[in-house]
Amino acid sequence: MNLFEFCYGILHWLVDLVNNLWYWLGDFLPWYFGDFFTAVGDFAASDGHLTFMTILLESVVIIVVALINVLNFLWIFRKLSGRILDFYGPYYVGYRIGGWLQNLADGMKLFIKEIIVPTKADRLGFLLAPVIFVASSLVILSVIPLSVNFGLSTNESGEYVSAGALFALAAFSIAPFAILLAGWSSNNKYTLIGGMRSAAQMMSYEIPLILCAASVFLLAGSFNFVDIVDAQHDVWFLIPLFIGFVVFLICLIAEVEIIPFDLPEAEAELVEGWTTEYGGMRFGLFYMTTAVRSYAGGALATAFFLGGWQGPSFIPDEIWFLIKAYIVYTVFMWLTWSVPRVRIDQMLGLGWKRLLPLAMLNLLIAAALKSGGWF
Amino acid sequence: MAEMWINMGPQHPMTHGLWNLRVKVDGETIVDAEPEVGYLHRGIEKICEGLTYPQIIPITDRLCYGSSLTWSHLYCQSVEDLMGVEVPERAEYIRVMAIEMQRIASHLMWLAAYAGDLGMSVGFTYTMRDREVFVDLLQALTGSRLTYNYPRIGGVAHDLPPNFDRDSIRAVDYMEGRLKEYEDLFEGSKIFMMRNVGIGLLRKEDALNLGVTGPSLRASGVSYDLRKDMPYSVYPEMDFEVATLDDGDCYARYRVRMDEMWESCKIVRQALQKMPKGRWRMVSPRNAPAGTGLGRVEDPRGEAVMYVVGDGSDKPYRLKIRSPIFVTVSAAPKILVGYKLADVVAIMGGLDMCIGENDR
Repeated sequence: MNLFEFCYGILHWLVDLVNNLWYWLGDFLPWYFGDFFTAVGDFAASDGHLTFMTILLESVVIIVVALINVLNFLWIFRKLSGRILDFYGPYYVGYRIGGWLQNLADGMKLFIKEIIVPTKADRLGFLLAPVIFVASSLVILSVIPLSVNFGLSTNESGEYVSAGALFALAAFSIAPFAILLAGWSSNNKYTLIGGMRSAAQMMSYEIPLILCAASVFLLAGSFNFVDIVDAQHDVWFLIPLFIGFVVFLICLIAEVEIIPFDLPEAEAELVEGWTTEYGGMRFGLFYMTTAVRSYAGGALATAFFLGGWQGPSFIPDEIWFLIKAYIVYTVFMWLTWSVPRVRIDQMLGLGWKRLLPLAMLNLLIAAALKSGGWF
Repeated sequence: MAEMWINMGPQHPMTHGLWNLRVKVDGETIVDAEPEVGYLHRGIEKICEGLTYPQIIPITDRLCYGSSLTWSHLYCQSVEDLMGVEVPERAEYIRVMAIEMQRIASHLMWLAAYAGDLGMSVGFTYTMRDREVFVDLLQALTGSRLTYNYPRIGGVAHDLPPNFDRDSIRAVDYMEGRLKEYEDLFEGSKIFMMRNVGIGLLRKEDALNLGVTGPSLRASGVSYDLRKDMPYSVYPEMDFEVATLDDGDCYARYRVRMDEMWESCKIVRQALQKMPKGRWRMVSPRNAPAGTGLGRVEDPRGEAVMYVVGDGSDKPYRLKIRSPIFVTVSAAPKILVGYKLADVVAIMGGLDMCIGENDR
């Protein structure tokens, strides 16, 4: 049973339950009301309506599962930083589960804080920026399947959105707009510079990222996650496209803005970069969204290069996928805590002079492999 | 982008204290800079005029939170010069050993803050952890962890505690192992080298004209260290090198401080070896004669001078403090212009700001 059938079944059962009550209620009314009631009930039970609601329910289920993983990611972020930097990390909140509840406690604390909009800020932009940032990041998660059976599909056969990978990459690159909006509307010099840096950084690292993904699409011959993973049945794309994998990972680090490339929020010179003026849950959302984007990045790297959910069958497919995504994230964290931050000109130089030619070379390799008939 | 002024401070992660660096940027490039100091002015020189000579020692500890022992040592040295008090040899050795430990602790704190500025979290926590070894030793020696109040006019407050020699040698051995690891950690990191080599050039003549002293001057190619050039205490007995480099960039300043830690380890060892038995404190007179006393020491941050004027009573008529950082910070605009905004943290971090002594 795949996720579509599961959600469809639940909705069907629910609609039947409600419709029994609904039709029974309609029997007591005059005929013109009764017909209306019947029409509404029939519409609710119709296949089109149920399919539409199923797709919505599916994406909610997928995003909730992903967010639970994001909580794990935040916990790993703190616990692993403790292990690397020689302190304990979260410990007392959720004592028996290694301080896992610390993030929930922090979230609760941020919820009860006041939302302050600076007087001279552009109010609309200031309030809209976090919404765009969070929404564009969450929508990535909905199209990433954890296995053949656990993904967003539009019919019982379990066929996924045909351009899911393309959609994920497109949603990934909306963020600079939100960051620039946040930086500009805050009316603060630190946020302005942070926003500008972020825009420059994300735009220059977007191109090698997409080029590496393009090499994967070329080998797999599809934009669909299932096809991409199936194409890695014999050999993971990690091996033929090793250069691409490394470039992809570096670009992902730049895209999710963690330490070697966290210039937009470089706390030593720009206080908190483009999030300086945000407080309370709006800051919390930015913080959480960084982890969401890390998760999405890890998942994309897993699906594109690490064979997705493929692995020995004694572990379920979904768990294989998550294990690989967690490993990618752990590598990110390992890097984050052990290297300093680069400078903006050095970073752009790296992006345009090193990663772009390497990504081109990688695309060339992929094209050669494809035309040579190996894939 | 139009040029604009950015305030880095007084409440800002870059400053390490309470001061303000106004930077004029054109996009990301710095075109002008203007340090503003004085937020932490406590009027220490004036306070000292109302206190008796021994009461001033704890006040001078508060001058620098990074290396308080050096400042109280400097004060005692200048008052001994004024009063003509002879310090027992054992006390001199204990002082030299203690201020060298303090120098290591201070440089480690600098390294931690510097790594933290550059975004290198692991450098921050590891160095702060190893600073703890020397802070613990100083606590065993003096009884406190930050403001020690240890030197006295005419000696030091206590003798060494039991087993202190053994613990110190152990700590120094440990530290030498760790220093090798730091060199691998920092210099092995390509990004660290990218952020440091060739950044924040301070030329030799500029450094001399602006009166910069200490590691920043030695990194610009001037071999000037009061411990060698105007030896005080028992430094002539010690065998050590003055770390000097010609490059004058952030990396040279980092390298000079690392080399100084190696040399300090050597000095601690020698001081423990050569330390004679005997008294560690002489009774000092209550009143100072009318006259002046001068003390000059090599602080971890540069040349520190104290000038005491006595008027025959038990309180100084005037106490003047020359802070190395107050002079060094005025060189900041000279160094900063032309570099990127992100280099401000590397350059100002490399100068090792300490606002307590700066504002006094």
